[in-house]
Amino acid sequence: MADTDEKLKTVPLDALHRSLGARMVPFAGYEMPVQYAGILAEHTACRTQAALFDVSHMGQGSLIGEGAAAALERLVPGDIAGLKPSRQRYTLLTNAQGGILDDLMVANMGDRLFLVVNAACKDQDFAHIAANLPAGVTLARHDDRALLALQGPAAASVLARFAPDAAAMPFMGVATLAVAGIPCLISRSGYTGEDGYEISVPADRAEELAKKLLAEPEVAPAGLGARDSLRLEAGLCLYGSDIDTTTTPVEAGLVWTIGKRRRTEWNFPGADVVRDQLENGTKRLRVGLRPDGRAPARAHTDITDASGAIIGTVTSGTFGPTLGAPVAMGYVARAHAADGTAVSLTVRGKPLPARVAPMPFVPHRYVR
Amino acid sequence: MAEKRFTKEHEWVERDGDVVTVGITDYAQTSLGDIVFVELPEVGREVAAGESIAVVESVKAASDIYAPIAGKVVEVNGRIVDDPALVNSDPMGEAWFFRLEPTQMGDVQGLMDEIAYTAMVESL
Repeated sequence: MADTDEKLKTVPLDALHRSLGARMVPFAGYEMPVQYAGILAEHTACRTQAALFDVSHMGQGSLIGEGAAAALERLVPGDIAGLKPSRQRYTLLTNAQGGILDDLMVANMGDRLFLVVNAACKDQDFAHIAANLPAGVTLARHDDRALLALQGPAAASVLARFAPDAAAMPFMGVATLAVAGIPCLISRSGYTGEDGYEISVPADRAEELAKKLLAEPEVAPAGLGARDSLRLEAGLCLYGSDIDTTTTPVEAGLVWTIGKRRRTEWNFPGADVVRDQLENGTKRLRVGLRPDGRAPARAHTDITDASGAIIGTVTSGTFGPTLGAPVAMGYVARAHAADGTAVSLTVRGKPLPARVAPMPFVPHRYVR
Repeated sequence: MAEKRFTKEHEWVERDGDVVTVGITDYAQTSLGDIVFVELPEVGREVAAGESIAVVESVKAASDIYAPIAGKVVEVNGRIVDDPALVNSDPMGEAWFFRLEPTQMGDVQGLMDEIAYTAMVESL
């Protein structure tokens, strides 16, 4: 432990997290807060009021120059050229086999594309993007910026006190706004299923902003633990668990991220594999799972059919605090992927009855 | 009530006549976080010292609870199955896990006393 700890990086809000009593854990090479008051309380705060997450470990960057959208389209199946100014889109970096290298957000800032990628993937993502750019398009990393997520039904009213224009932003809208006088890049999006914002802020002003938001009565600090239970209830994929280089967008149920025009051009990495799967079906599909009873089924749990044959694997599983019941997602053979299908999850050597269930488990409450 | 003894796996053991009551310590429940599920052994099960005998799950992860000494399970606390949060709120009292009839009652004396356990926790 000692020598890995020495190599861990800290986020700009490190001192604030510690002063708030956070339990810090290693995550993607950073010391990150996993919880403050407790995961259940933080989860509930986000579903009922507002929670502030520090996600500064994630990678932020900009693609600048004529042809940036066309350049990025050579690496992702999403429609980036058709992304309107002040709008953001969820997309995937794919490889030649149709596997997913990472999932990311791409925002059209008018003069550039703003990217947010996963912490554990950011170095390889940015190297991959930079290696595939034509002359005239450059990638700038924003390692000098922090990223905060203000999420929950009270997020909009809270942020409006510091940035009145944020209230009118649509879901997946982006804007550069002053928040309490601090220049920020804001998107109306998140990873909890709730309304909310992700706020990119200069690292040297992140603590000032976080303290202002946390001083509002509706806002509680929340850690990675609640972030995980919230996103799982919302049916959102965690890269490295639910999607990775061995899963394709079709298997993962992320076909909706493939732009209509991109499905006529078939010119993104792995397009031939994806096209074949769309036309002929895949062997397996990502599904939601609702175990009976209270026992959670964790990642890597075998999924079996009535005869005991292994038909898949759980990729994420936890106890869903809002549902008051365990929830999971995983991949099953296509014949078992229909909602309501009875399956068993092998938990501690015993078959735990479960059903394939539609996601999200908790309805999304995005503004529309 | 007899004084509690402790294991390095953060269980407490308290003798009451011919049986011992076993639970997890306040340090254990704090480390685990919000407990959402408890699985207890079957009454009548014979267990060896150190054998995995029960499971607690927090939102984040599952953890094994071990038999502190060898013996036979004679009673389990169904209240913590119905209300796992009780383990967080009263770990050293109402939220006991199970009662064992020890193979050798003398084994209890081999466990840490409160002073030794507190010293161990402070060294963590």
